[in-house]
Amino acid sequence: MSKIVRTTAQFLTPAILLYGLYLIVHGHVTSGGGFQGGAVFASSAALLVVAFGSKHVAAFLKEHHLVVLSSSGALIFIGLAFAGMGVTFFYNLFVGSPLFGNIPAYGSNPEDIWTGGTVPLMNFAVAMNVVAGLSAIVIAMGLALRIR
Amino acid sequence: MVFACAALMRPFGTPPSMMDDYIINNSQQETGTNNVVSAVVFDYRGYDTLGEATVLFLTATAVIMLFRDRKGEGTN
Repeated sequence: MSKIVRTTAQFLTPAILLYGLYLIVHGHVTSGGGFQGGAVFASSAALLVVAFGSKHVAAFLKEHHLVVLSSSGALIFIGLAFAGMGVTFFYNLFVGSPLFGNIPAYGSNPEDIWTGGTVPLMNFAVAMNVVAGLSAIVIAMGLALRIR
Repeated sequence: MVFACAALMRPFGTPPSMMDDYIINNSQQETGTNNVVSAVVFDYRGYDTLGEATVLFLTATAVIMLFRDRKGEGTN
């Protein structure tokens, strides 16, 4: 693509990554979550493929790294689900513990961030899965279509 | 049968509100999550999210499998 598109992509990519990270790590407090933030995060990969070409992006976002990231996200998610197996599958066992264990008061209080039990960790695991999966899809299709 | 079910259905806009009232009142106490949508998606309906994550993972695997360079000439 032209120099204008490449420069604009260079300016926009950090902002997109920061917004995606905000959506992921604040998923248990405000709207957003692993799926939405992961999709925003992976859209920067699409922007980079369009601006710089798929060969260039695939040189530093390797397929086997993305596959490892996606699989480990799915495994962490299932592991957290099985961790509550003493009570039920998907039992939230971190409520009341020092790790994300605050119990908020009834009503709207978004300033209390250290809450949620396993929910923030599951958000992060799902985000790893979604980011790596969608980026791998975009890069594989870009390589197949030879976008440069 | 269909007409009988349609006649016996609850009026539109007044859902049977035991489940959602329970979740709205107790999710902050039970899951410690301020965002009730997150509490439902990752805690009460965790199975659903597990299925979604699995579908996305399988989709990524299938797309990589289909679009892989056959001659091995790419960096992929």
